[in-house]
Amino acid sequence: MSPTDAIASDVTHATPRQADGTAAPSRDAQQAEKPLLQVEGLTVEFRTRRGTARVLDDVSLAVGRGQTLGVVGESGCGKSVTALALMRLIAEPPGRIVAGSVMFDGRDLLQLPEAGMRRVRGNRISMIFQEPMTSLNPAYTVGDQIAEAVQLHEGTSRREALARAVAMLQAVGIPAPSQRVHEYPHQFSGGMRQRVMIAMALACKPDLLIADEPTTALDVTVQAQIFDLIHDLRERTGTAVMLITHDMGAVAEMCDRVLVMYAGRVVETGPVAAILGDPRHPYTRGLIACAPGRRIVAPGQPLEEIAGTVPSLLERGSGCLFADRCTQVQPRCRAEAPPTVALDAQRSVQCWLQVEGAA
Amino acid sequence: MSPQPPGSTGPSASAATAATVAATAAASAATSGTSGTSGTSGTSGTSGTASIGTPAEAALSPWREAWHVFRGNKAALVGLGLLAVVILAMTFGPGLYGVEPFDIAAGPFTEPFTDPAVWLGTDYLGRDVLAGMLIGGRATLLVGLSAAVLAVGIGITVGALAGYFGGWVDTVLSRLTELFQVLPSLLFAMVLVSLFTPSLTTVVFAIGIVAWTGTARLARAEFLRLRHMEYANAARAMGAGPLRLMLREILPNAMPPLIVSASLIVGAAILFEAGLSFLGLSDANVMSWGLMIGSNRRNILECWWAVTFPGLGIFATVLAVSLIGDGLNDAFNPKLHRR
Repeated sequence: MSPTDAIASDVTHATPRQADGTAAPSRDAQQAEKPLLQVEGLTVEFRTRRGTARVLDDVSLAVGRGQTLGVVGESGCGKSVTALALMRLIAEPPGRIVAGSVMFDGRDLLQLPEAGMRRVRGNRISMIFQEPMTSLNPAYTVGDQIAEAVQLHEGTSRREALARAVAMLQAVGIPAPSQRVHEYPHQFSGGMRQRVMIAMALACKPDLLIADEPTTALDVTVQAQIFDLIHDLRERTGTAVMLITHDMGAVAEMCDRVLVMYAGRVVETGPVAAILGDPRHPYTRGLIACAPGRRIVAPGQPLEEIAGTVPSLLERGSGCLFADRCTQVQPRCRAEAPPTVALDAQRSVQCWLQVEGAA
Repeated sequence: MSPQPPGSTGPSASAATAATVAATAAASAATSGTSGTSGTSGTSGTSGTASIGTPAEAALSPWREAWHVFRGNKAALVGLGLLAVVILAMTFGPGLYGVEPFDIAAGPFTEPFTDPAVWLGTDYLGRDVLAGMLIGGRATLLVGLSAAVLAVGIGITVGALAGYFGGWVDTVLSRLTELFQVLPSLLFAMVLVSLFTPSLTTVVFAIGIVAWTGTARLARAEFLRLRHMEYANAARAMGAGPLRLMLREILPNAMPPLIVSASLIVGAAILFEAGLSFLGLSDANVMSWGLMIGSNRRNILECWWAVTFPGLGIFATVLAVSLIGDGLNDAFNPKLHRR
């Protein structure tokens, strides 16, 4: 049996399920039109001692079935908050989802009761986190943890769940899975733990996998392996992926579409090739220029950088939030927030330069 | 990488698991070797997996590891032995000795080691001190353990809810804990016992109700610390609800300090029971070490043995429990592992 077969028989989606996990009649017609996940106008605020910070401002995005969406941006741009908000995992208080909708497979997740949402988490939408070293519970064997997720959502017997755990460890490339399933997290290296996390996330055959900087805490060589693994599993299982990352190289290799976030806003979105080949927003251009390895930099020459830092979200001025760091800033940018300009059916940019270019 | 012989799978691995492994073992190497180029799971990575694949040691659960350290602690083993002696003596002693502790066995104030029939002497009523010693430990230890279980149960529940939910729940429960903390505990326990008829049950409740505050604060601190651990977030993202998170994810990791505190509470509860009995606030129909000390306290100068031997019993038991508690503390505290 080839690894691909092992996965295909075990992990592919047999029947489409509704957001609460019940079986649904075939709806291929709808699937073709509607993306799996469609977020509209998601706005999240956090109340702090110094005032209310609008951490996400009118974020819209879509992930098609089996597609990979890359979400890029500096730290503090709202990438992780976006992921947590659509899983409804933002701590309230201090956080609050102020506006927006999260349509997932025909349902608005923001309207689901908490119990219904719990059936979605881990079952239809799974998440893997940055820190593989601490994301596994030290008190249980890895097999217990994977099996528990399966039992929780599918009500299978312990035996079947453990068998699934072994199959999943196998699928994510952990050698001797039938032994290692009985081992504790401290007996695994960082890269291996992230593989276990991926195994756990995919054990219930989710439709969407959210990977929140899954390689940030890992060695560079292991990073490549983990990206390859996610890529492989997506190919084999058809799970859609939302990949949050700093790594423009990974985005170029793995993603179908890319979303560039800055200070809680979507500043540019579109197909990967179009955006990397012809970035329109000055911030996107800056990010691509910063990515090391795209050009050889002469020894002694500094890498490029975007001057300044992400502004405080407590006082959002009236203008473009990137204005202070933008190399092509214009008077209008500081006065008025730029509109979102659709360049074509696939692409949009939030920048005044594009408005004037179009006019 | 060849399919493993069935015998090499762990003892708890089910037959189904073993079958799955046999079917897919050959695929393992290929899947894990995807380093470098994406998609093409090729042969290049196969050699690299051998070093990762060999497990360094047999899986040691955190509990087994703690036991391992505990076993190396001589003082803790002495405590364990001492406690075993006490438990054995009070379990089988009365049956073997066969003297009723409330019966008059000889003349009053018989000195110890003089009359072989009443080896530890008699008290002011002529009751056999040894008989009381053997059976009196039952009530003392039973009350101590039950009260400790109750106190730890209340403490963990209150602390877990406060630490996990935070906000107003935490405020209310923390103030409640403080309220109980500022009450003088022995006085409060005395009030509780005297409100109801003194019996073993009321004594257990009285001690349980005054002794839970420390555990509650400890549990609250642990839950506060652990509820935002990545694995708790990961479990939340896997669809776990609050109850599951508290019981399955957080509690096992909060247990080590709580177990240590529980062992200390056992010792404290035994002393409490003795104290209440001494003051006459215990069941007068059940012989206990505290009751022996209490009923003989007026004759302490004429009859030192009727007070000293039960006192030694309490001392030995509390010492044993404390030594075990210290051992548990060392066993569960990873920073002390590498001394």
